[in-house]
Amino acid sequence: MKPFKKRRRGGITATFEAGEAHLLASLSGQVVELLRDRNGADESTADPLATQLGMGGPSLPPEDPVLRRLLPDAYRDDEEGAGEFRRFTERSLTSAKVANAEALIGSLVDGGLTFGTPVDDDEPQIEIELDDAEVQAWLRALTDVRLSLAVRLGIDAEEDAMLIAQSEDEAIAAMSEIYDWLGYVQETLISALD
Amino acid sequence: MTTPSPVEIAEPDVDEIVELEDPWVTIVWNDPVNLMSYVAYVFRNYFGYTEEKAHELMLAVHHEGKAVVSSGSREQMERHVQAMHEYGLWATLERQDA
Repeated sequence: MKPFKKRRRGGITATFEAGEAHLLASLSGQVVELLRDRNGADESTADPLATQLGMGGPSLPPEDPVLRRLLPDAYRDDEEGAGEFRRFTERSLTSAKVANAEALIGSLVDGGLTFGTPVDDDEPQIEIELDDAEVQAWLRALTDVRLSLAVRLGIDAEEDAMLIAQSEDEAIAAMSEIYDWLGYVQETLISALD
Repeated sequence: MTTPSPVEIAEPDVDEIVELEDPWVTIVWNDPVNLMSYVAYVFRNYFGYTEEKAHELMLAVHHEGKAVVSSGSREQMERHVQAMHEYGLWATLERQDA
């Protein structure tokens, strides 16, 4: 990956290896799927007005720990307040998160990412250029992916990330490497904005 | 040239004002995932805080485990909390004296 940079005329650019772009798209796609499993695809909602008003969503927190982190309680030690808030806002929060993840995937596609063919080393690099709205979507979508991975990796405290990186379990070590890399991607995006 | 003549001002009832003003707060909690640079960025860009204030608040979250990042009406704080959740920050709201 070539880190994010600000162009003179304002756009924010980065270049990803094809494999990295596929990984980003796939992880974001998993966040979308997880969110839709709970709240359904927007298109299938029976009452668009109710959705628009944020009404009629679930009032109980999700059981899945990743979803519970992506859609946290707004009130602590106040189950009723938290439930009521969730009922009115969870659907719109979900739609916003889905839209952010889809925008991230969209800019990779604009940069030349294609699906359906197996990734090979000769695939061209993916060059992306983000406008302001896309930058905002990327910041949030990268955060959601990192939060999801952290929950799956069991990162509950700051020292956990270091411990997990040294795991002898290859799958965990690999996931931990991806987690670190995503942090790097986000860090370069933030510093490109300054 | 002139000087303003003294005007009598009714003393406001201080207790009443304190109670009406900013009764709810938005709290951001520390988490081991979000980058310090990102948290400061969010405070700067969403709340419009100066770089210095945003940095201070970020450090308060990091070192003390949480920080009050805004106060105001319940509706305002609910909007802030929702926005923080969209950014992926862990935020809650509560009554100021809770």
